[in-house]
Amino acid sequence: MNPGPNGVDGASIHRTVDAVWRIESARIVATLAKVTGDFSLAEDLAQEAVIDALAQWPSAGVPQNPGAWLTAVAKRKAIDGWRRRERLDDRYRAIAHDLAELGDATDAGEPIDDDVLRLVFTACHPVLGREAQVALTLRVVGGLSTEEIARLFLVPVATVQQRIVRAKKTLAAAKTPFETPDPSEWSARLGSVLGVVYLIFTEGYSATSGDRWMRAELAGEALRLGRMVAGLVPREAEAHALVALMEFQASRFGARSRADGSPVLLADQDRARWDRAQIGRGVAALERADALGRGRGPYALQAAIAECHAVAPSVDDTDWERIVVLYEALGRIAPNPVVELNRAVAVSMAVGPASGLRIVDEISTSGALAGSYLLPSVRGELLARLGRVQEARSELTTAAGLVANDRQRQVLLDKAAALEE
Amino acid sequence: MKYMLIMRSTAEAIEASKSMDFTEIINAMGAYNESMVKAGVLIGGDGLTDAQEGFVVDFGGETPVVTDGPYGEVHELFNGFWIVEVSSREEAAQWASRAPLGAGSKLEVRRITDESDFEAFSDNEYIQKEKEWRGEGALG
Repeated sequence: MNPGPNGVDGASIHRTVDAVWRIESARIVATLAKVTGDFSLAEDLAQEAVIDALAQWPSAGVPQNPGAWLTAVAKRKAIDGWRRRERLDDRYRAIAHDLAELGDATDAGEPIDDDVLRLVFTACHPVLGREAQVALTLRVVGGLSTEEIARLFLVPVATVQQRIVRAKKTLAAAKTPFETPDPSEWSARLGSVLGVVYLIFTEGYSATSGDRWMRAELAGEALRLGRMVAGLVPREAEAHALVALMEFQASRFGARSRADGSPVLLADQDRARWDRAQIGRGVAALERADALGRGRGPYALQAAIAECHAVAPSVDDTDWERIVVLYEALGRIAPNPVVELNRAVAVSMAVGPASGLRIVDEISTSGALAGSYLLPSVRGELLARLGRVQEARSELTTAAGLVANDRQRQVLLDKAAALEE
Repeated sequence: MKYMLIMRSTAEAIEASKSMDFTEIINAMGAYNESMVKAGVLIGGDGLTDAQEGFVVDFGGETPVVTDGPYGEVHELFNGFWIVEVSSREEAAQWASRAPLGAGSKLEVRRITDESDFEAFSDNEYIQKEKEWRGEGALG
């Protein structure tokens, strides 16, 4: 992949630069952020280096080590910038010296995993809201362009731009140091990183709005980020567990929608279309998590539940008792009404719909999930199985009125319509 | 999309490898694999044992003949592969260009087909069956 000066068209160089950026941007930005101490400046410098690449590579050819080329150019820009602004006070003089010294050592492949990890933690810093964390993570860690992020989240480019600009300002205003958190904060901060990755995945797995039921590209990006984080913190069981969970869920993508884009629910999915290689990777990732021997956290328990589904030949042959136990464990360490609702479904499969309905009614009485379509949709389902058709139809219609995704709404309305008196 | 990076040798590469420190080769390969793991793109790969252990089924005649070789040319040999999951052909090419392979080696990069490649034949009996085989894990 070293095209000479001749015969390289602009579009092809652009695609190559995009690919290099995707692979290298996290390392480049991380290196620059470390030496400049300024996360926002680091990203700007790296982007400027890309503009230089687009101008120079078509005639000069793609360099042997494009990542090192971009890093070197960005570093030079940092030093030039300080000189221009005559800000060569002692601190910057020292940094400029460091940059010059550091130059080739870093490019030769000095371990900078810690820098990338700092980048991940900075992008997911708690001073930022979730939307900002998501945008910043995809941009600076994932190397996605503002346009790509906007396309994936179905929001205007200007919105993403604003989120990123504001996020950078917030980080600067809070004087966020570019560092990995203190050991005492470690688990909470890693939890937030994993949460951001999973949020990106779930948005791809089941779009909260719009006319598409899922967006595989977004889920794929989350998987890549998740595998990346697990690669950076291989001793963290929950990172591997999250990868396992995402692999299991993504293995069903091929079976989750029909040719016309309408969704197919778990019970109706053609399991032959689940991606076995992906399920295999999920099993392996969960084994890695378990092998660390520190017990199962929330992602590991969810992954274990997903594994039960993934390895079951059919809905009836699913180990529902085991799923109930796993949901009970999950409810103890991460109490959450949605988990409780899922437990109700599992109980209804293991024991019968009446037992499931009792749990649903308890959630209902507690007032949790009020206004969510989830509660009436599950309740409607269970009532239908109990033969209480009229109540079931009313619940399903209520659920349809509460759901924001067009595809999901249609599924609920179809179910209500299909109920026989 | 998934790509397979197939390692191919030449006589020159085989000759060069004889004078190389095997620990160095393992370390370089390990570092390369690690960089792909850390970027979240590596999803599979294996090396293949020496070609002398392999054999050839030759379809040149009327009936296939199994022989223990010889292979026609060294460049027909391949000795390992990686499978990466990337977002573009260019990204696959960039990863491939980073493999620590010596002079004379070649990497052949091929996209792995997915269901979308057979959409036009989705009614075909064997395309249907293949999905089932995959579902049963028969195709790994």
